[in-house]
Amino acid sequence: MKDKILEIINNVSPDAVLEIEEFRGDLSIKLNPTFLVEVATALKSNAELAFISIRDITAIDWAKRKNRFTVVYNVFSFKLNFRLRLKADADDNFEIDSVTSVWQGANWYERETYDMYGIKFRNHPDLRRMYMPEEFEYYPLRKEFPVMGIPGSIPLPNKED
Amino acid sequence: MGLEAKLAGDGFITTTLDAVIAWARKSSVWPMPMGISCCAIEMMSAVDPKYDMSRFGSEVMRFTPRQCDLMIVAGTVTYKMSHVVRQIYDQMPDPKWVIAMGACTSSGGMYRSYPVVQGIDQFLPVDVYTAGCPPRPENLLNALIEIQKKIGNSKGRDFQDEKYSNAPKAPIG
Amino acid sequence: MIDVHNDQKLLKTLMADADITIEDALENEMIINMGPQHPATHGVLRVVLRLDGETVIAAEPELGYLHRGYEKMAENMTYYEYIPHTDRLDYTATMCNNVGYALAVEKLAGIEAPKRAQYIRMIVSELSRIMGHLVAIGTFAMDVGAVTMMLWTFREREYIQNVYDRLAGARFTTSYTRIGGVASDMDDVAVAMIREFLDNFEYALDDFENLLNRNRIFIERLEGIGVISQEDAIDLGLTGPNLRACGVDYDIRRANPYLFYNEIDFKVPVYSEGDSLARYFVRADELRESVKIVRQCLDKIPSGPVLANAPKTVLPHKDEVYTKMEELIHDFMLVNFGINPPVGDIYSAVENPKGELGFYMVSNGKGYPWKMKIRSPSFCNLQALKKLCKGTMISDVVAIIGSLDPVMGEADK
Repeated sequence: MKDKILEIINNVSPDAVLEIEEFRGDLSIKLNPTFLVEVATALKSNAELAFISIRDITAIDWAKRKNRFTVVYNVFSFKLNFRLRLKADADDNFEIDSVTSVWQGANWYERETYDMYGIKFRNHPDLRRMYMPEEFEYYPLRKEFPVMGIPGSIPLPNKED
Repeated sequence: MGLEAKLAGDGFITTTLDAVIAWARKSSVWPMPMGISCCAIEMMSAVDPKYDMSRFGSEVMRFTPRQCDLMIVAGTVTYKMSHVVRQIYDQMPDPKWVIAMGACTSSGGMYRSYPVVQGIDQFLPVDVYTAGCPPRPENLLNALIEIQKKIGNSKGRDFQDEKYSNAPKAPIG
Repeated sequence: MIDVHNDQKLLKTLMADADITIEDALENEMIINMGPQHPATHGVLRVVLRLDGETVIAAEPELGYLHRGYEKMAENMTYYEYIPHTDRLDYTATMCNNVGYALAVEKLAGIEAPKRAQYIRMIVSELSRIMGHLVAIGTFAMDVGAVTMMLWTFREREYIQNVYDRLAGARFTTSYTRIGGVASDMDDVAVAMIREFLDNFEYALDDFENLLNRNRIFIERLEGIGVISQEDAIDLGLTGPNLRACGVDYDIRRANPYLFYNEIDFKVPVYSEGDSLARYFVRADELRESVKIVRQCLDKIPSGPVLANAPKTVLPHKDEVYTKMEELIHDFMLVNFGINPPVGDIYSAVENPKGELGFYMVSNGKGYPWKMKIRSPSFCNLQALKKLCKGTMISDVVAIIGSLDPVMGEADK
């Protein structure tokens, strides 16, 4: 199964795969972000693999200067009953391509990642905040944001008695 | 509410009138369930056949604030939701009381994080706080009985008009 | 000062979303807010509707009114301290979340709970599934008009909550599982209570079905409402009973058995119509299957310890902590510095009553997780709401939200 997946990805481009990792039975493949949408289309449309379901999209903040954010895609294939994790680094302006053209369900997952980390997804149909109010100026899950929040960042109604 | 409030004073007729009106108010407190999260399920359990809340007169849980006089805030209030809670509180007609149900409304509870208001008394006047995460339904019934005791001790002149002459009008809508 | 109700971008999306045509359009468009405080939205969900008379042209849900910062808090506390927080995710079926979290941390740390603990976890998982589906059916029927159902289902829930009280000490949010097993053993009184509940529950289920299954109003209110095709359901990321109502036979307990589900014999109900009535029938059938599973588990449960013997990861028993030196040191290290799993990332999923609950954890070797992402089923199921509501009436929106069965504590994290 792993070889079949790697063969399909190598057909798209020989330098799409940067790293392969297997830990506790999970397979994760790190991709070059320029080939992300093509690899996703190839994995979805291939009749044998059929990775038609995207389960989750999230990001990891490594808190270092270069390649600070890694975006993680969790895709699943009903046919093979196999779960695959794709990873891709966001570039220096914290931007990456959106995969909503491949899977419709990626819409809200990418909005949530934008809300929490500030990663912009190019070609997303409707990129706005998910949980925090629209004019909130910070990105809560970045490592420099404190857990208790920044006082005064969201207003409270007045207590009139 | 208007007439007996204007009869200030402690004469025989006015104290009997106060007692009768207070008894009528406390025996039929209609709660407005502001059910936000987990405490809302325990509030629904307080209405189910085992911990019947209707024997205390509070079976009618109307979801429109215009008909209620007790607001039970059940669940974690976030900053985004606090404006909605305050707007609903302003839409309730006087006299009104508030029960803060559970740890999240009393003090922020176990959520010491950026979006959670650490206690609803920062923007609402609260009458009874209930402890628990979530409080057992018997605890909520105890809070209701405390509110009933508080209403039973209220007098007509507590709701005089001068106190509210500077009050902001409730928003329409 | 920021304005919390600034809806400009939301309204722009709402107005742009006009890909259905209505015959006999009334030319009477309005934008109505089905606000966060509403009797029928199952929690604090806000849906902004664009209506033509009473027909919905576009609907745009807005979340975030119960966002409590779960993922940020997880990065600042140890794996043990986080167990009570997982209780409050899907607060209608509380023990299932605990089991899912404990399985994820055990996968990361590389330990395994003993067999008796796994069976106890299966029993409480299935009892939680019954509780969750009872709330779903009760409130869903109440929204559609059958108010009696809510009182009947909550009465049945009280019996299960008595069982939880006996097992774990609390009736609702229990935090019963521990990393490496469960907190306390199941005694004979609890087993007798569970058996008694199961015997009476089948009669109650017959009552529910007599009331609803052939009720003409119920069926006409739900048949053909909120239909979703199989390809759309898979593409949008639906899981759980919503997906099984569209004809996809996928259940994590069958496909990737965790705990000891491969030793238990049960059926997975699948319907193919994809409308709200099919989603109700899937849940009603799953109630009967859960009763069968609990009966088989009670017959097969072995005796033995309920906590694993892995001193570097599992908290030792309290009476040993007070009397022996080594256990005292382990207790101190685990509580203050946390378990230190190896560097890496895992994803582990269980079948919750609402769908697939997954935990994605990244560890950097320290006691606190570097990142924890909760893949909550209600968040992903709500994504389909926009597509399902198009072309229906306002009262159908209530029925659709009830049949999708979202829980906002989970959707907003």
